[in-house]
Amino acid sequence: MIVDLQRFIAAGRPFWAELEGMLDRLESEPDLRMTLPQLQLFHHLYERTAADLAKITTLSSEPETRRYLENLVARAYGEIHETREKQRRFFPLKWFSQTLPQTFRRHVRAFYLSVAITLAGCAFGGLAITFDPDAKPVLMPFSHLLQDPAKRVAEEEKATQDRLAGFKTTFSVELMTHNIKISIFTLALGMTWGVGTIIMLFYNGVILGAVAVDYIRAGQTKFLLGWLMPHGVVEIPAILIAGQAGLMLALALIGRGSRAPLKTRLREISGDIVTLIFGVGVLLVWAGFVEAFLSQYHEPVIPYEAKIAFGAIELILLSLFLAKSGTGKKPESGNRDE
Amino acid sequence: MKTSTLFIRTPEGIVFSQLLAGPVTRFFAWFIDQLCISAAMSVLGIVLNLLELINSNFAIALYVISYFVISIGYGIFFEWAWRGQTIGKKLLRLRVVDVEGMRLQFNQIVVRNLLRFVDALPAFYFAGGLTCWLNPQCQRLGDLAANTVVIRNPRVAEPDLDQLLAGKYNSLRQYPHLAARLRQRVSAPEADVALQALLRREEFDPVARVELFGDLAAHFRTKVEFPAEATDGVADEQYLRNVVDVLYRTRGVTQTEKTAAA
Repeated sequence: MIVDLQRFIAAGRPFWAELEGMLDRLESEPDLRMTLPQLQLFHHLYERTAADLAKITTLSSEPETRRYLENLVARAYGEIHETREKQRRFFPLKWFSQTLPQTFRRHVRAFYLSVAITLAGCAFGGLAITFDPDAKPVLMPFSHLLQDPAKRVAEEEKATQDRLAGFKTTFSVELMTHNIKISIFTLALGMTWGVGTIIMLFYNGVILGAVAVDYIRAGQTKFLLGWLMPHGVVEIPAILIAGQAGLMLALALIGRGSRAPLKTRLREISGDIVTLIFGVGVLLVWAGFVEAFLSQYHEPVIPYEAKIAFGAIELILLSLFLAKSGTGKKPESGNRDE
Repeated sequence: MKTSTLFIRTPEGIVFSQLLAGPVTRFFAWFIDQLCISAAMSVLGIVLNLLELINSNFAIALYVISYFVISIGYGIFFEWAWRGQTIGKKLLRLRVVDVEGMRLQFNQIVVRNLLRFVDALPAFYFAGGLTCWLNPQCQRLGDLAANTVVIRNPRVAEPDLDQLLAGKYNSLRQYPHLAARLRQRVSAPEADVALQALLRREEFDPVARVELFGDLAAHFRTKVEFPAEATDGVADEQYLRNVVDVLYRTRGVTQTEKTAAA
């Protein structure tokens, strides 16, 4: 086939420009819904441009025209052959009350696995501190946890001044950012076929179990509950959900029981992972506020019973939210069920 | 097999290619982005210094949270707003695209950016760099999880054909139908070899130069047979110039001629 290039470009240019205009509109207006005639025209322009690309590929010169056509065909191909739901406007309230809990429930088995790994870590930490109390510096390498629990409680209850006065907001923000980073890290470690995520969850469990047993053995159970429950009942589930997301990533990588190719498996879960990690962020912002403004204050400033009751109410609400919110409503994305 | 090009075949049978960006180019883009983040934080620091005079606690908290949001959100925001590009990528003409040519989704951008945490392990993006180097499509771990690749769109430099070919009579142009056939039969790599040989002709040893142009001219003579009056007495190097002129100046108008006409 001999192509008169000058005529070829002159003839094709109006169609290419029209296709480019339609693509620009589609990409800049996510909510745009084309009518049937518009769709037919779009498809016709795509096919014509693809045919032009096929023609020009056989020519030795005109690299710019070829690259321009390749770019157009690539963009149009992405629009035409995309089978995932088109992203629409984001409604934060709907996302929080519906999408997040639905996504959590859809992958609840990964959450149970995350809980089981953390509980195993708790058991290990608790048993280790019971049988070898001298191992405390190894199990909890944080200076504020190494102190004798009874001595710490006595100091906290005697304190007459607010030791966080003047930097409560900073403390709160540091807690939030630190915990969110740890959560993202726990999720990202899913790319190590889950090994990193499991280590993170297990180690968190070890510290939690060791601290709990240390305070219980010292007869400070009430203080422990009053100290940890207000923020812990949100913070710990948040880390567990991050672990759930990391394990989902790992399961998709391993692909056990699925015949779908790796790319498809990862594509199926990426939206859900993002939903979960944003949910974790929201929970940790709340936990950071509570930890800085409530958890650090003990009797006689705030009675332990009040703090424990607050924590219990939070736990019930969170459980109800994750278990019930958005039930009976159609899920937004068509991701696979576990 | 490691390749620098991503080929996508559409169901219609059309193949289009995207040039993949290598780890070094991507590192430079990342470095520019880090400079942008540092610059943004410096400006914010100056503003918050003033706020610190009013409320130190609030100013520090705002700085901590801003650093967190900017360092994590920078890539997500720009790649979403600029369809796969950050400032660094834009400057180096790189772009994040879906590995199968589909529309790049917000989820993919978030996943590839959050997984930087593991790509950065143990330091200086070692895990990500190593994966990128070993992966056939130059993907880091974040790209693998998000099904994305980073492509490059190099500026296509037009050779200075006027300087190379101006003022020479081209006997092949007397036969437009054969010239058109030559354009159709010569592949892009073949045309490029001929052009590069002419552009670098002064670099060759005189004997090697005669030999090379002899071989190339013989190769192109087999593509289309021009009448003897068009080729007789034409040296191999001149024949190759004529071929390149036909291949690259398809419209038959040189820049010099355009300028003269203007």
